[in-house]
Amino acid sequence: MALIQISEPGKSTAPHQHRLAAGIDLGTTNSLVATVRSGVPVTLQDERGEYILPSVVHYQEGGNSIVGDTAKMTATQDPLNTISSVKRFMGRGIDDIKASSGDIQYNFVDTESSVPRIKTVAGNVSAIEVSSEILKRLKNRAEKSLGGELTGVVITVPAYFDDAQRQATKDAAKLAGLNVLRLLNEPTAAAVAYGLDKKAEGVHVIYDLGGGTFDVSILRLNRGVFEVMSTSGNSALGGDDFDRVIAKWIKQQAGITDNSDQSLVRQLIQKACDAKEALTDSENVTIDLPDVNGKPWQGNLSRETLHSLVDPLIQKTILPCKRALRDAGISTDEIEDVVMVGGSTRVPRVREKVAEFFRTEPLVDIDPEQVVSIGAAIQADILAGNKPEDEMLLLDVIPLSLGIETMGGLAEKIIHRNTTIPVARAQEFTTFKDGQTAMSVHVVQGERELVSDCRSLAKFDLHGIPPMVAGAARILVTFQVDADGLLSVSAKEQTTGVESSIQVKPSYGLSDSEIGNMLRDSMSYAEADVAARNLREQQVEAERVILALQAALDADGSRLLSEDEQKHLQDLLQELQTSMHGDDHTAIKRAIDELNQASTEFAARRMNDSIRSAMAGHKVDDF
Amino acid sequence: MTTAELTQNYFELFNFPVSFDLDLTELSNRYRKLQHTVHPDKFANASDLERRLSMQRSTLINEAYQTLKSPLQRARYLLQLNGVDLSRDTSTSMDSEFLMQQMRLREELEQVRSSSDPESKLLVLTKEIEQAIADQILVLSRLFNESDDSNLEQIADYVRRMQFMMKLQQETEELEEELL
Repeated sequence: MALIQISEPGKSTAPHQHRLAAGIDLGTTNSLVATVRSGVPVTLQDERGEYILPSVVHYQEGGNSIVGDTAKMTATQDPLNTISSVKRFMGRGIDDIKASSGDIQYNFVDTESSVPRIKTVAGNVSAIEVSSEILKRLKNRAEKSLGGELTGVVITVPAYFDDAQRQATKDAAKLAGLNVLRLLNEPTAAAVAYGLDKKAEGVHVIYDLGGGTFDVSILRLNRGVFEVMSTSGNSALGGDDFDRVIAKWIKQQAGITDNSDQSLVRQLIQKACDAKEALTDSENVTIDLPDVNGKPWQGNLSRETLHSLVDPLIQKTILPCKRALRDAGISTDEIEDVVMVGGSTRVPRVREKVAEFFRTEPLVDIDPEQVVSIGAAIQADILAGNKPEDEMLLLDVIPLSLGIETMGGLAEKIIHRNTTIPVARAQEFTTFKDGQTAMSVHVVQGERELVSDCRSLAKFDLHGIPPMVAGAARILVTFQVDADGLLSVSAKEQTTGVESSIQVKPSYGLSDSEIGNMLRDSMSYAEADVAARNLREQQVEAERVILALQAALDADGSRLLSEDEQKHLQDLLQELQTSMHGDDHTAIKRAIDELNQASTEFAARRMNDSIRSAMAGHKVDDF
Repeated sequence: MTTAELTQNYFELFNFPVSFDLDLTELSNRYRKLQHTVHPDKFANASDLERRLSMQRSTLINEAYQTLKSPLQRARYLLQLNGVDLSRDTSTSMDSEFLMQQMRLREELEQVRSSSDPESKLLVLTKEIEQAIADQILVLSRLFNESDDSNLEQIADYVRRMQFMMKLQQETEELEEELL
């Protein structure tokens, strides 16, 4: 694969209105925002010319928060109010967090919600809110730089993120007032950034070692189609862990035994990170600590010692690589190239080990820290509709198997990992007691056999099952995973056709009402704002529906609809036009719903028609 | 056209004749072409309604592709089109020769773990299973081609055997992962 080659000057400015879209890399350590400007993807800088925004939020007395470099600098002085690496907490329960957060401790508060909250001087905050602060900052940067409101964004997530972690990311975006066009897997985004040169065909490996997560994806590129063959990884392994083992080593060397001093912990981690970076170019580095038990301490870390410290961690990334290769059904000699992504791939030892395993020199042509946001920006530009003729298509997979709990605490897989999304599977359940009218379904994600070893995603209660003898009811539960990798569930009793109502209790997520409350609580949404916002949102949707339907009617109305059907839709279209100019957002919503309802059949016919005509060029006996 | 439902079977959806023999390269070409038409990414700016429809169609095309791509699933699907639904199958009768082979292969799989060189032992076993599956595909192809509906039971029998083999193959893969 070659370097990015994008600009096709004649084509870059579309005749229609250019919609402002951005790609956001919401990283564990650093976050970035990028956009496509005049056909060229660029990462956006802040007023000081920095494109990297450290993913650190400092909460201050009085409710204010600051994000980025300034917040990072306060980490040592005010560790408990400075939240860093919050991505590790996304979609996680309190027990997971305690197990994985190592030495850094925050004050978690007891809460009714399944979402843990950290106590700060500005109030209790969840990981979702902390992330939304980072997103707001990036949104601001993009809007200032582009000179207008963003229509939509693509946010990247580790491919290995489970459903709860993805949902949490989407919630954070919602809270930040962003319209998410798509959650895009980080390695896939990197492949997009690299793969723009359409001549790049064949199988590519993306090795993505970020601050807190590791992903490996294997993709096949074929005429603009990026087909993810397999993905694997570890959502709790990254460069942060390198820093931690180095910090631990410094601690041992310096004879520090006190674990309670949070400020010292942060200082050690900073020293460790600096030492790691210094060892990229030199063989030895001197580490100075101003005050250890009352006197200064100086130590020396050699590259060799660094290797012995980080090698076990790097080895932990090789296993997922093997698994991904196996799942894709390919061997290392079929691989075209290996692309390095993520700041931690700057560590020479990582490159060395990866080259050794894949037996090829990895590619680092695009800055590994920017490549993900660049890919996201390209995808955002296409999804926003700025490149209608683009041939690019991403076919991604679900990273971890989805299953349900069966008798004896065993997990039965319903959708296997590495299945192309969107995907749906139906599973039939029955009652085991006479007259039973409700049942519980427990959805889990993971590869292990025991439910207790998998991630609990949600518990569903199915109500309204008609009373029958045991085993007679047949409840069909459909699990749908959408293109963002997010799960939704619906249920229907088969013999009577009764739709069972489902109450979703996400195991580690926010309920809709919690999100509603957060939106209201957040300072940028006063009540008047909420009303104005609702109206604006409905008007935008109305406009979208009208434009789309009018265009569809012009193109296919007379071909696919009877005259009566056409007239009916035109009438409803008129009604929506009228109500759209009013200020009652519920009336607009009603009119939209009515029009949508009425045009469902037409939309379905159009889509089926496009499927048929796509295949029309192929004769049945083509081969 | 009066209905919005897609009434085509998976073969028709891809404009292929209903047949066990299938050109897999052409299948994946047509699959990509269809996803280009309906994938949710092509409707990111459309109305909620169109987005939902696009997701449903894209899901269906993925399902159809996965079904046709795998010889076992393709065979099961063909049987289903002919009114034989193996997902509700309770038949367990197998000829004794086949059962003996299964038992031998399973025993060998058991012994892999304790062997001195598990990886090469597993490789030998994997190869044998692969070959057996390839042979079964040939048999199925022949049976389907001469099918006049009278040999459906015989086909079902071979599909059941193939299920056993695929299950075994899956277990070798799990063991392989364990050995990684």
